[in-house]
Amino acid sequence: MSELNAALEHPVYNYRVVRQFAVMTVVWGIVGMLVGVLIAAQLAWPQLGFDLPWLQYGRLRPLHTNAVIFAFGGCALFATSYYIVQRTCQVRLLSDKLAAVTFWGWQLVILSAAITLPLGITTSKEYAELEWPIDLLITFVWVVYAIVFFGTILKRKTPHIYVANWFLGAFIIAVALLHVINSLEMPVTLTKSYSVYAGTVDAMVQWWYGHNAVGFFLTAGFLGMMYYFVPKQAGRPVYSYRLSIVHFWALVAVYIWAGPHHLHYTALPDWAQSLGMVMSLILLAPSWGGMINGMMTLSGAWDKLRTDPILRFLVVSLSFYGMSTFEGPMMSIKTVNALSHYTDWTIGHVHSGALGWVAMISIGSLYHLIPILFGKQQMYSLSLINTHFWMSTIGTVLYIASMWVNGIMQGLMWRAYNQDGTLTYSFAEAVEASFPGYVVRLIGGAIFFSGMLVMAYNVYMTTRPEKDTQDSPALAATA
Amino acid sequence: MASHWSLWVIVLTTITLIALVWVLFGNRKREGGLNEKTTGHNYDGIEEYDNPLPAWWFYMFVITIVWGVAYLVIYPGMGNFKGVIGWTQIEQYEREVARAEEGYRAMRDRYLALPVAEIARDPSVRKMGMRMFGNNCAQCHGGDARGSYGFPDLTDDDWIYGGTPEAIKTSITDGRRAAMPAWGDVIGEDSVQSVTQYVLSLNGRQVDAASAEAGATVFAQYCATCHGATGEGNKLFGAPNLTNGIWLYGGTAEQISHSIRAGRNGVMPAHNEMLGEDKIHLLAAYVYGLGK
Repeated sequence: MSELNAALEHPVYNYRVVRQFAVMTVVWGIVGMLVGVLIAAQLAWPQLGFDLPWLQYGRLRPLHTNAVIFAFGGCALFATSYYIVQRTCQVRLLSDKLAAVTFWGWQLVILSAAITLPLGITTSKEYAELEWPIDLLITFVWVVYAIVFFGTILKRKTPHIYVANWFLGAFIIAVALLHVINSLEMPVTLTKSYSVYAGTVDAMVQWWYGHNAVGFFLTAGFLGMMYYFVPKQAGRPVYSYRLSIVHFWALVAVYIWAGPHHLHYTALPDWAQSLGMVMSLILLAPSWGGMINGMMTLSGAWDKLRTDPILRFLVVSLSFYGMSTFEGPMMSIKTVNALSHYTDWTIGHVHSGALGWVAMISIGSLYHLIPILFGKQQMYSLSLINTHFWMSTIGTVLYIASMWVNGIMQGLMWRAYNQDGTLTYSFAEAVEASFPGYVVRLIGGAIFFSGMLVMAYNVYMTTRPEKDTQDSPALAATA
Repeated sequence: MASHWSLWVIVLTTITLIALVWVLFGNRKREGGLNEKTTGHNYDGIEEYDNPLPAWWFYMFVITIVWGVAYLVIYPGMGNFKGVIGWTQIEQYEREVARAEEGYRAMRDRYLALPVAEIARDPSVRKMGMRMFGNNCAQCHGGDARGSYGFPDLTDDDWIYGGTPEAIKTSITDGRRAAMPAWGDVIGEDSVQSVTQYVLSLNGRQVDAASAEAGATVFAQYCATCHGATGEGNKLFGAPNLTNGIWLYGGTAEQISHSIRAGRNGVMPAHNEMLGEDKIHLLAAYVYGLGK
């Protein structure tokens, strides 16, 4: 591997850390989605927990969310942000050593999560389940990440800072704030701590964190990715600089307010619920600004969609982004939320963002990136990328459609009551009625997961060291 | 909320909304066509057009801000300001519940006036009872009310606390707490085994006769106080009948000795606060009718 790295080293940029994170993105994507497929199967057939504590849904669900968000999504963001910040600032990363610290540190965080969560070691805060020693490690890695990223921007050779870096910078700063404030806790033992917050305040801080993990980790970060790889792959200028200014500032200013919509009709005071809902609705336009800027960048290059499956990944991910950022504000309206809350609709909404937007923009970006990082002209097989594209799209559509049907059905069943005032259905009847939807969701998820295996094969065939370096110009050049 | 926090919320919200309007209008550009010129920046080969904001997007943004301001005038949101219509979620909840209670009161009062035994066979009572049972009782007693390990079967004619309408109503209203003490340390393991043999013999099971005889003595001394001299139990404090072959915690020799050695604690939660007298009356009628 070290020989390979030496052979592939770029004269100016640090591609090594980008390459490491890019490969681990594929690996963790497969692991995280496999756990997702297993727990989807458990919801249809609960006996698949096999009466083993570490295989129970309650322990594997946080493992799935942590693996896909922070391992798969996190590695994708590290890889692309390190690549983008170097290319658009035209300088090497601030420090190769610190960049390596972030890579190994982040892998250690992921490994700790993969061990502790199945053992049942958890803070029980959603998307922040990891216990305090791991929280400290995350904080350390994140500070180093910020130093590398912003240090690189400071020594840039370009007069301005490219829009992709605005979003990536906002993502790094906001996630640091969110993680530290939400994870404030009192350690009791090495594996147990208690949050410093209690009751409604705890719930509000948790959802301020939870929603902005979506807003800054899964939206701002990936918009940064989008702003580099869409114009690059399309070979077109970004549609509107003004639009990027307005929607960037509006997005970062408004997203931070939206958390209370997770706590509608709870003990949270009315004023906080109202503000959360109002800001969530105002968030529609700032969110769509990114979609418009990405989509319209393609104007004049739409024909490329016919021949370029990578561009297809990027454009369809923007469509799913637009769809879920429309759905989100709608679901934050109290009357809609009264129906959708606590149902599978929420799960469907999250996955139209997670599969359709986050995963597909990452996959598209990786297909652009991997040949460059490994000194190849292009991926081993374009038709396999195309196959992967259709598997991802069909998988996502099956997933979200089944969860829409399940969610609306559950919401309607829970609130239906008879003329005598009793509820028409017991809770168990709504669970029974959800079974077909759970099976369809499992099929959709399994198709999406299988697409990742196709990708892994394609990446392996692209990156494997060849004995004959004839069709590998970079290798030939350095040889 | 203290007034300085209220002010903080109002000022921060107002500044955010004004800043949004400022950024939006400050970057507006009406003149110039599409894709005419770029900003002149170039990042790794990426350029940027200086295109105007799409008009439909601009107006959509303005409408959502106007709508947001209107909502914050009408509803609570700006700190301690109650909103012009004075809406609160708790008031809405109480109003809706009161309206529903009003609508069903006449029907429920009619049933409440009739004895449980009389309405237990009424088809509409059975229907209502079944639905309430499904949402309030089935989690422990099962959808078919046949119970499971640690939760009594309500369809047989064996009642730990009595099967009269009054006893059933009391069980639902106030709940029940059953405590079988742990006897292992008190009587010793030999006696645990011999009492087990004796209890099995009460059910006509194959036992070690000598051991059962020794167990009878221990039973009379320690167990008969609650379970009665004949082992038929006492409904007053929920000591189960040990002679009818019905076992809440399993009837194997091992399970019975475990109950004697380590004790058992059973809890039926009180439902008075959750359901109220009229619904408990209907539910009791349903449960009463199950076994017959």
